[in-house]
Amino acid sequence: MITRVGNWIGKHLMLTLGILVLLYMYIPNFIVALMSFNDSSESRNLYQFQSFTWDNWLNPCAPQGMCESLRVSISIGLLATLVATIIGTLAAFALVRHRFEGRSTMNLVLFLPMATPEIVMGSSLLALFVAAGFGGQLGFWTVLIAHIMFCISFVVVTVRSRLAGLDSNLEKAASDLYANEWQTFWRITFPLVFPGILSAALLAFSLSFDDFIITNLNSGTTVTFPMFVWGAAQRGVPMQVNVIGTLMFLLALGIVIGGEVLSRRRAKGKAVTL
Amino acid sequence: MEALQRVFGKNAAYLLIGPAAIWLAVFFLFPMLSLLTTSLSDPATGSPINGYTLTWRVDNYVEALGEYWPYMMRSLLYAGIATLGCLVLGYVLAYAIAFKAGRWKTVMLVLVIAPFFTSFLVRTLSWKLILADNGFIVNTLQTLHILGEDGRLLATPFAVIMGLTYNFLPFMILPLYTSLEKIDPKLNEAAADLYASPWQRFTKVIWPLSLPGVVGGTLLTFIPATGDYINASLLGSPNTQMVGNKIQQLFTTAGDYPHASALSVILMVLIVAMVLFYVRRAGTEELL
Repeated sequence: MITRVGNWIGKHLMLTLGILVLLYMYIPNFIVALMSFNDSSESRNLYQFQSFTWDNWLNPCAPQGMCESLRVSISIGLLATLVATIIGTLAAFALVRHRFEGRSTMNLVLFLPMATPEIVMGSSLLALFVAAGFGGQLGFWTVLIAHIMFCISFVVVTVRSRLAGLDSNLEKAASDLYANEWQTFWRITFPLVFPGILSAALLAFSLSFDDFIITNLNSGTTVTFPMFVWGAAQRGVPMQVNVIGTLMFLLALGIVIGGEVLSRRRAKGKAVTL
Repeated sequence: MEALQRVFGKNAAYLLIGPAAIWLAVFFLFPMLSLLTTSLSDPATGSPINGYTLTWRVDNYVEALGEYWPYMMRSLLYAGIATLGCLVLGYVLAYAIAFKAGRWKTVMLVLVIAPFFTSFLVRTLSWKLILADNGFIVNTLQTLHILGEDGRLLATPFAVIMGLTYNFLPFMILPLYTSLEKIDPKLNEAAADLYASPWQRFTKVIWPLSLPGVVGGTLLTFIPATGDYINASLLGSPNTQMVGNKIQQLFTTAGDYPHASALSVILMVLIVAMVLFYVRRAGTEELL
């Protein structure tokens, strides 16, 4: 048995090393899941496993302000995703389907936010808000504006790559079969691009939900979930934070796996009917 | 799309691109200008609530650089080492997925992205536990005499660099995978037929063809790592603070916007200069 495992590792050295790297990436998730069952009632300042309990999972909203911050993060995340996905998808269509003056400038402007450190983007937005006289009104709306800003580029990149890989013969075939432009768009183009739009939206939401550096500079007294965790880290982290972390991981995994299964089933179904 | 084209003529493209262009102009490009003017304002006469007036005070830059250059150097050093670490770890995994995973390719790709849906801060905090003074890793290293009796990992540069490496690893893996995946395995076989050793096959075939991914991945890792201050705050000590820590403190606790802005501008200029130099050297200018 041991020699067989040894042989397999020898034959698949790169794969073994790759799996080791993958395992390394999962260490924190394992710790987060473990700590979500930690009873920290004895000492909140000690960040280590003390004893097992279901309490954190049964009362996830026990820490004051945590679920409120979660609601703020979800609202900002959903609104930012909606606006950035619409604006970004339109821009992706313009860049792939149209030749217009200023196209290369636009490509550069879309690339820049992805190549700028968050601290620079956050501080320049803060400088703008203060210069425009909104220094005293930082909060929900300024954070939302910032999140839409840095999500747009990622949406454009994701949708653009899907759109560029589209077989234009499908659209030509539709118009050969007397579909008008709107029919072609809604029956052929849009459904084909939709998976790209969906993954762009998922990416935008997770970027917005997870953002700390830009949010911290522009949020005033509004507290998002990452800001709650940051504040708690200075005092002693409530273990419920780990419940939220584990839930998010499971939810995201479910969405991704669900999407994969669905697209595979659809591909199979098509193969049968053809 | 053609319907739009017919109604609005040539302007259809501008209607589609308009919202994104306006949003980025107003909330990305214009703020950069604000940052620049704030960095040249007199800190004594303005305030975060009332705003600042431009007085072309270049001294802000001299003072910011004079006082905080060690933080800047530390940021570049830590981010540089973390980027190298990411390159080694990321290359191994991306290579394994692209060439060795077979039908598990998609599953492994999903597994690369999945852990990062747990909040960045929550995951970084968990490293605090893993590297803790009485934790398993420190105890083992002490037993093996790799670490001294009262040696520690937490609050050292090692912890900060490790945190950066861990947090930005997917930004390295995905571009690397994209360019490795495009390589035709037949090229590798052809090199083997021509008696190239595995090492020669890697250095003469695989590595050169994966360069666009290497350049893209190192940029996507190095840039955010340089500006990061979360790892330095949670896993480091006052002696391991990076430039992001200082910028953040100057804005939020000290309320000294002009010096904070000057430091921000310096960071941006440094990064742009390094990126341009690096991309030229690597010969992949079409990437930009």
